[in-house]
Amino acid sequence: MFGLTALQLARIQFGFTVSFHIIFPAITIGLASYLVVLEALWLWTKEQVYRDLHHFWVQVFAVNFAMGVVSGVVMSYQFGTNWSYFSTYAGGVTGPLLTYEVLTAFFLEAGFLGVMLFGWNKVGPGLHFFATLMVAAGTLISATWILAANSWMQTPQGYAIVGGRIVPVDWVKVIFSPSFPFRLAHMTIAAYLATALFVGASGAWHLLKGRDTPAVRTMLSMAMWMLLIVAPIQIEVGDEHGLNTLKYQPAKIAAIEGHWQNMPGESVPLILFGWPDMRDAKTLDEVDVPHLGSLILTHSWNGTFPGLDDFPAADRPDSTVVFWTFRVMVGLGFLMVFLGLWSLWLRAHGRMYGTRIFLRFAVLMGPAGLVAILAGWITTEMGRQPWVVYNVMRTADAVSNHSAIELTVTLVLFIVVYFALFGTGISYMLKLVAKGPGGQGLEAEPGIFQRPARPLSGAPDIVDPATPPRGEE
Amino acid sequence: MGVDLPILWAIIIGFGLMMYVIMDGFDLGIGLLFPFIRDRADRDMMVNTVAPVWDGNETWLVLGGTALMAAFPLAYSVLLSALYLPLVLMLLGLICRGVSFEFRFKADEAHRHFWDVVFAGGSYVAAFSQGIALGAFINGFHVSGPSYQGGALDCVTPFSLFTGVGLLVAYALLGSTWLIMKTEGALQQRMIALARPVTVALLVGIGIVSLWTPLAHPQIAARWFSLPNIIFFSPVPILTLATTWGILRALRRDPHAVPFGLALFLLFLGYSGLAISLWPNIIPPAVAIWDAAAPPQSMGFALVGALFIIPIILTYTAWSYYVFRGKVRAGEGYH
Repeated sequence: MFGLTALQLARIQFGFTVSFHIIFPAITIGLASYLVVLEALWLWTKEQVYRDLHHFWVQVFAVNFAMGVVSGVVMSYQFGTNWSYFSTYAGGVTGPLLTYEVLTAFFLEAGFLGVMLFGWNKVGPGLHFFATLMVAAGTLISATWILAANSWMQTPQGYAIVGGRIVPVDWVKVIFSPSFPFRLAHMTIAAYLATALFVGASGAWHLLKGRDTPAVRTMLSMAMWMLLIVAPIQIEVGDEHGLNTLKYQPAKIAAIEGHWQNMPGESVPLILFGWPDMRDAKTLDEVDVPHLGSLILTHSWNGTFPGLDDFPAADRPDSTVVFWTFRVMVGLGFLMVFLGLWSLWLRAHGRMYGTRIFLRFAVLMGPAGLVAILAGWITTEMGRQPWVVYNVMRTADAVSNHSAIELTVTLVLFIVVYFALFGTGISYMLKLVAKGPGGQGLEAEPGIFQRPARPLSGAPDIVDPATPPRGEE
Repeated sequence: MGVDLPILWAIIIGFGLMMYVIMDGFDLGIGLLFPFIRDRADRDMMVNTVAPVWDGNETWLVLGGTALMAAFPLAYSVLLSALYLPLVLMLLGLICRGVSFEFRFKADEAHRHFWDVVFAGGSYVAAFSQGIALGAFINGFHVSGPSYQGGALDCVTPFSLFTGVGLLVAYALLGSTWLIMKTEGALQQRMIALARPVTVALLVGIGIVSLWTPLAHPQIAARWFSLPNIIFFSPVPILTLATTWGILRALRRDPHAVPFGLALFLLFLGYSGLAISLWPNIIPPAVAIWDAAAPPQSMGFALVGALFIIPIILTYTAWSYYVFRGKVRAGEGYH
């Protein structure tokens, strides 16, 4: 397809399916924890508003979760179908990590999800809360294992190469590889931020539509507190992650910064904008701030770090792409901090729920967290190329022997199905959000996610007015 | 270490896959039965019987994939590459089905029928692709060293097409007997009527595969028909016949859970027959589990978790089924 090689097609296929996938778990992680907080607040304060919000968001959660599960099954098979040499070579390390993810996280989520969604009247409130808690714990445990696997591929340690394949020798080192704590913190916070932005945008949208209810106010308020506190933490964590990357993957940092030549003793400017040109090995049209690159990455006025010229051309990641994806992520991050601060200022003046320009901005920022997550992942994954296991196995040596034709057919199928189904799913999620919490559209109390425990005493079935009588359809 | 890790792992993965086949079998079966049930309320009820559990059922498939990568990375690579096309179709089918669970309740009236079609279609594609993969697995793969050498469409043979249809029938039996247990009234009667021919069809299918396989593969014939194996293994076909008879008998007298229980046992028998035919190969016809095994450090590490956690998983899965026990009644919509 378009003259692409089988390797390029396999990479596009993986990139496409994983990018679509990550949107859903990110929201799953955030919403699951949010639901725990809402349910706890409801149990504690008995205020209706928390229960309304819980019943509202749990529906969005259900649709989102289903899409996350089915798009995730694809990922667990793709390592074998498309990257068989990688799996043969490194499966001894990544396989057990993913197996632990399934055993400790997926089953936990799946086992308690049914009770969480449908069990309001089947179990007591304490047990239901426990189920919600287990689902949320599952999402976080899942993130832990998958980031352990990814971090090991980025900064591998604790292994030996025996008989032409990777053998794990120290599991503690494998799991706690140097980049693991930074990636885990960065991604978990990112999921929380993305969810807060989504929830906040929903609240702001309803306020703009004139639906000023306590539930709507509460969800905007909670989201803005989250943003205010967590967005600055994320910037600090991101900075630490960057320093870690400089230590273990200097080529990635050089590519992110569009930094080609390192002059000993000469400070590195921060290139704000420019066009890294891989062929001419320089960054064109740069707009830079002197010394700032040194300051950010070495925390000193004249510090230096390797440029792309220090690496053989075959070992350089694509600077043009990662330079820009990184700037998209960071730019959005600062906008999040700004939104949080603005909300605080308006809140202090009692105008947060009525300032239309602020509410519009909050709506606009709704997808910003997800865009930032995608941009960040593209940066870190393309930035570690050409390696699939850093400095150990090249991506080109990892791919299965499929023909370009096969990969084209399957890629087209994935693209069609994903856009059709997940596109529809996202539109349903937005429609649910548009209905709003606690009120119109919701049928019987308490909440519509229930299977009411009908008396088993042989009472006649109540005819549900929403269900057409048989045969009428 | 005194334990034979590859054998333990083969048993765990075999157990995981069997859990998948019987559990996702009945909820895939519900999608397969959709074309036979026209009434919207009935269809809602059918979906409601599995809504709280389908996600857990599918998780066994993910476990099968990742555990195979952990314990037998070579088999994971070769099998999944060789079965690329059917597996991609299976995954796409499962996606269609999984999202339709939610969408068919969220859609406006005009689109509901469309999502029913997607739900049923996805179930057919997923089940049929699994059957093709199963047939191709029995047929074996052309392997040299660490990689699959055959073509993309080698997996499609008359035999694998037949096993594809066979698996549809097996899942339809699981689905219909599950619904006999979980519903009542007209829908239950309809399922009882459907389950009879499906049971007979499955017995015929099992019979044909049991003849076809040894005829096509001499080493499988030798495994079954040499002495003393023929005596050890004779309970499998005898029990298969007895179980089928038991299902047909139970269907005639106001059945509840018995047909489903027996259908599970029938699937288990078919599964054991397969295991007898192929053991100890993990990439038939020639790569045994020991030749495809991961380093002992990998198998040992994952084993600790598997042995400790799988019983816990089974406990809370059972608890979830217990919470949602009993008949599902009309109007118990949760959406």
